[in-house]
Amino acid sequence: MSNTQRSNLLHLGTIALLAVAFFILPTYHVGNLSRIMVLAVYAIGYNFLFGYTGLLSLGHALFFAAGMYGLGLSMELFDLTTAPALVIGLASALVISAVIGFLALRTSGVSFMIVTLMFAQAGYLTILYFGTYTRGDEGFVIQQADRVLFGVDLSSDTGRYFAALALFSACFLAVAHLVQSPFGRTLVAIRENEERARMLGYDTVTHKLKAVIISGTISGLAGAAYALLFGYAGATFATVQYSIFPLLWVLLGGAGTTIGPLIGVIFMFYLIDLSSSITSAYMLIAGVVLVLLTLFAPQGLAGELRKRVFKWMP
Amino acid sequence: MDFGPHLLLASLEGAVTAAILALTAMGLSIVFGVMRVVNVAHGEFYMLGAVIAWWVTSLIGGHPAIGFVLALGIAPLVVGFLAAAADKLILQKINYDPDRTIVATIGLLYIIQQTTLMTFGPDARPVQPPFNTRLALPWFEYGEGGFAMFWPWGLSITSYKLFVIVAAVAILTTLWLLITRSKIGLIMRATQLDSETALAFGVPVDRVYMWVFGLGAGLAAVGAVLVVPIQQAHYLMGHDPLLLAFITVIIGGLGSLPGTIIAAILIGMSDGIISVFFSPTLAKIIATLLVAMVLVFRPQGLLGRST
Amino acid sequence: MDAVNILSTKGLTKTYGGIKANTNIDFVLPKGKTMALIGPNGAGKSTFVGMLCGRIAATSGDVFFEGQNINALPAHKRISLGIAYTFQITSVFAGLSLHENVALAARRRLGSDVTAVDAKVADVLARVGLLDRADQIAGDLSYGHQRLLEIAMGLAQDPRLFILDEPTQGLADSEIASFIDLINSLAGETTILLIEHNMDVVMKTAAYITVLNFGEILAAGTPDEIHANEAVQAAYLGTTTDA
Repeated sequence: MSNTQRSNLLHLGTIALLAVAFFILPTYHVGNLSRIMVLAVYAIGYNFLFGYTGLLSLGHALFFAAGMYGLGLSMELFDLTTAPALVIGLASALVISAVIGFLALRTSGVSFMIVTLMFAQAGYLTILYFGTYTRGDEGFVIQQADRVLFGVDLSSDTGRYFAALALFSACFLAVAHLVQSPFGRTLVAIRENEERARMLGYDTVTHKLKAVIISGTISGLAGAAYALLFGYAGATFATVQYSIFPLLWVLLGGAGTTIGPLIGVIFMFYLIDLSSSITSAYMLIAGVVLVLLTLFAPQGLAGELRKRVFKWMP
Repeated sequence: MDFGPHLLLASLEGAVTAAILALTAMGLSIVFGVMRVVNVAHGEFYMLGAVIAWWVTSLIGGHPAIGFVLALGIAPLVVGFLAAAADKLILQKINYDPDRTIVATIGLLYIIQQTTLMTFGPDARPVQPPFNTRLALPWFEYGEGGFAMFWPWGLSITSYKLFVIVAAVAILTTLWLLITRSKIGLIMRATQLDSETALAFGVPVDRVYMWVFGLGAGLAAVGAVLVVPIQQAHYLMGHDPLLLAFITVIIGGLGSLPGTIIAAILIGMSDGIISVFFSPTLAKIIATLLVAMVLVFRPQGLLGRST
Repeated sequence: MDAVNILSTKGLTKTYGGIKANTNIDFVLPKGKTMALIGPNGAGKSTFVGMLCGRIAATSGDVFFEGQNINALPAHKRISLGIAYTFQITSVFAGLSLHENVALAARRRLGSDVTAVDAKVADVLARVGLLDRADQIAGDLSYGHQRLLEIAMGLAQDPRLFILDEPTQGLADSEIASFIDLINSLAGETTILLIEHNMDVVMKTAAYITVLNFGEILAAGTPDEIHANEAVQAAYLGTTTDA
C-alpha cells in the first residue's frame, strides 16, 4: 500500500468510526462526542498554525469567540436565520484573523505569543465592556426553535451529532489535503528553517499570513458551530483558558499530525470528565499533563506513534 | 471632593499600585533578562506569596505585626525555593527551549493555582495589616489672604499604604545595589550577557539560573505579601498582576531593569488615575492593545534592547 | 569577446554606521563561467554576496540580473528569478528527510507535479552521490554530506546563477576533490559564483577571479592575471608565508 493510500485509509476510517459510534455508544457518550468533534475542529485549526507552521499563538480564543459571537449576535440581535448567521460568524473570524495576522506576524517567537495573547485579552475585555449586548460572562442562549439548518433540527441529539460529524469530516479532510499539498509542505519548511525556505524562493511572509487566516477561520467556524449546536454563547470562551485548551489538545494528541487534534480532545475531555468527579480543581490535571508532556513526550500521542512506528502518517 | 484632591488621592493609590507592580514586574524582568525565559506562572508565585502570608499570620497569634513580619520573611523564601525547584526539575531538563518552556510554565500555572484551590479554597481571605492609622491629607485652596491649607473630607491615606511605598523603594534599591555592586550581581550580569563565555570562565550557569528564577519568584511573593493586607488573598489573584507585569516589562523594554521601573511607575499611576475617572474595563482594553502595538511597532519598548 | 553578463553591480555600497563594509563595487559576472570571489577575512565578501541575493539591503548602488535591475526585489523574489544560494554555515532542513529537502527546492518550480519532483530529486541526489541516503534525516548526516545536500538543493532549482558561500569549509580532502569535480561538471550549465578561501579549489575551478580587499575590488581577471598581480600578492596571497 502506498503512503497516500495509507493516509486515505486513516482519514476515511476515522470518519467511518465516528459515524458508526453514534449507533453503538450510549447517549451520554454520543453527546460528548458531538462536543468533542466541534472542539476537534478548533484543535485542527490551531494545529494548522502551531503544528505545521510552527507558530505558537496564545490568543486563538479570539478567533473562536469571533465565530461564536458573529453567529450568536446575528441571530439574537438581528434575528438572522442560521445560514446567513454562519456566514457572518465565518466572515468575522476571517477578517479578524487577517488583521491579527498582519499585525502579529511582524513579531516572532516570544513576542508573537505575547501579542496574540494581548489581542485575545483585549477581545475578551471588549465583550465584557459591551455587556449590554453580549451579556458578558453570563452569556446568552440561542433558542432551540432557531437552531435549524437546511431543515435539520440541530438541537436534537441526532441532528447535532451528524452536523458535528459533517463539520468535522469536512475540516479534517480539507486540512489533511492541504498539509500534504505543496502549500502545506512549504509551511512545514518554514517551521523547520524559515531562512532556508526564504532562500529557496518562497515568500515566507505571505505563507505565514495565509496560515494564520486559515487557522483563524477554521477556529471561528468551530466557535460558530459550537454556539449553533449547543445553543449558547458566553465570554468564557474568549478567555485565556480557551486559548490554552487547543495548545493542550494539540500537544497531547500530537502537533503536526492530522489525527493528533482529535485524539488530544478525546483524551483531555475524558481526563477532565473523570477528574471533575473527584475534585473541582480538575485543571490541575491539565497542568500536570502539560508538564509531563513537555518533559517526556513533546511529540504527543500520535507524534510518538509516527516517530516510532507509522512513519508515513501525515 | 473636588478635582484636585480627587487627583491627589488617585495618584497616591496609583503610587501604591506602582510600588507593588514594580516589585512584581521586576521579578519577571530579571528572569527574562538573565535567562530569556517567559514565566507564565509568575502570577501564581505572586498569589502563593499572599496565601502563605495568610497561613503564617493566621497561625501566629498576638499582634498582627509579628505575624506580618514573619510572613514577609517566610513567604518569599518558600516561594523562591519552590521556583528554584521547578527550574531544576523541569526547565533545566528541557534546556529552556522557548516553546517547551512556555508550555511547562503554563502547566506550572495550573498546578500551583489548582493545588491552592484544593487546599486554601475558593474564598478570599483577609489579612490584618500590621498597623493602619488613617492619615488625613491636606489640600490647598486659594482664597482671600493667599493659600490656605484645609483637610478635604475623604482625602486620606493609611499609614500602611505609605509603608508599602517605602518598603518597595527600599527593596528595589537593595536589589539595584545587589545587581550593580555585588559579586552575585556581577555573575548575574555576566551570565545575561553571554552565558557560554560565563560558563567558560567557571560561572556555574545552571546554578545561577536556578537562583535567578527563585529570586524572580521571590520578588513577586514580596509584592503580594505587601499587598495582601490591602486586598485579600484569593487563589485567582495572580491573573491580573501577571498581565500587568507583562505589560510593564514589555513597555519598559524586555531585558531593561530601569525600563521596568519607569514603566511600572507610568502604568501604576495611570492605572490608578484612569480607573478612578473612567471605566476600569476600558482602561484595561487600552492598556492591553497598547502593549500589543508596542511589541508590533517598537519591540524594544522604552529602553530595552532588541531581542 | 565579453560574454553576456548574467549579473553585474554598479556602485554597490554598504555602510554600517561609520563602517564601510562595501564601497562602490562595480562587478561583472560573465554568463556560463565559474567565478571565484576571494579576499582576506573581513574584506566584505559575505556582505557583497548578501546584497546580491537580497539578504542584506544595500545602502546605495544597483544590482542587475540578466539585464534587469533587481534592487527593489526582496530575497525570495530574486531567488525565484533563478538564483540559488548556499549558506556559509550549512543550512538545510535538519528534521526532514534528504528527499524532502531536495523536493522542497524543486517544488517551487515544479509545483504539485509529484512525478516530475520525484524524478528531479532522484537525478540531483544521484549527481552528488547521496541517492542511497534519500530517506535518511538530514540532521543525521555528517557535515560534509549536509553541505552536499545543500548543493543538491541548489541544483534542484535548475538555477541560472549558483552562489556558493565558502562551500569547502569544513570538508575533508577527499570531499573537496569530489566537490571540485562536481563544480567542473556544471560548467556551461549554469553560472557559478564561489566565495572561497581555499586557493587550490579556486585554481582548479575558476575561469575568473575577483579579489576584494577592505570592501573594494582590488583586482579582477583570469587566474593567471590575478596570480601575476603585485597588489594582490601583497595584500592577500602573501609574498612569503600564506596560501
